[in-house]
Amino acid sequence: MKGMTVIVKTITDFVVGFIVVFGAYIVLYGHLTPGGGFAGGVIIACAFILTMLAHGKDVAFSKLPEKVAHVADSGGALVFLLIGWFGVTVGFFFMNTFGRGEVFRLLSSGMILPLNIAIAFKVASSLFLVFSALAIFRRRSFRAMIEDELA
Amino acid sequence: MIVGSIVAIETRNLLSAVISVAAVGFALSVAFLFLGAPDIAITQLVVEVLVLIILIRGTILLDNTAVESHRDTLAVVTSLIFFGLVLGFGAMIFGGRGFPEFGEPVMRVSRVYVHTGLPATHCANIVTSVILDFRAYDTMGEATVLFTSILGALALLRRDGKKKEGEVVAA
Repeated sequence: MKGMTVIVKTITDFVVGFIVVFGAYIVLYGHLTPGGGFAGGVIIACAFILTMLAHGKDVAFSKLPEKVAHVADSGGALVFLLIGWFGVTVGFFFMNTFGRGEVFRLLSSGMILPLNIAIAFKVASSLFLVFSALAIFRRRSFRAMIEDELA
Repeated sequence: MIVGSIVAIETRNLLSAVISVAAVGFALSVAFLFLGAPDIAITQLVVEVLVLIILIRGTILLDNTAVESHRDTLAVVTSLIFFGLVLGFGAMIFGGRGFPEFGEPVMRVSRVYVHTGLPATHCANIVTSVILDFRAYDTMGEATVLFTSILGALALLRRDGKKKEGEVVAA
């Protein structure tokens, strides 16, 4: 997979930054406007997948190495769990212990914002990993695999 | 939507089936938007795009995209039975009182969230306050499901990707 034509590559370079910024906006304002960690994470993953489709997998892995994606995937889940356990120190699991802040401000609503960010990291890296797994680990064609299985 | 799903079932070309399913998904996103659920509409739209990319790549790389299907009588009978069960249970539950008005559901549990959501969490978006504060435990389960599926997918697909030199892979 060496990538597509020059037109696609140029437009991709131009657009990817905007897509990532929009995804970050969806994540960070998830508690004020429609959206949230899951939708924003998928948008960020789409940006990296667009890079992979246009430029091929080498460029995409230089932007987001596989190790980093693994760490972000596991770390997002871990941070989510840790925030939940942080509530145990005060009251119960997932108790909203952080400062609530003022309504309609960015730094409001306690633990919802960090949870959104954790979910976004997790979803973005894991969906990117799924796509790269489908793209990389298929050296042989499906037909050869099926014939091997049948043989 | 209904036309798209019928086309997706009946067509013999896998690529056009995938595209019809995508059309159903986009129509569903618009339907969510009209019902006043922009959160779900955004998520549906974005996930639909991603799944469409993956499915089209998978479909194009397949050698034979045209499928000769034969109609299975067992499948038809089973789906008819389940359709009847759904109708029967629906009549049992809603039969006496009639259906609630479309778009105005029975607000028994959710009334608490709607009334206490803003003062309890100071979160302007009620959907986010529900899924990440009142129901954060469920969201953690969802994250765990995603994590486990990634683990499974990587473990399954890695078999002939990370093969050592001279190693024989068990069939």
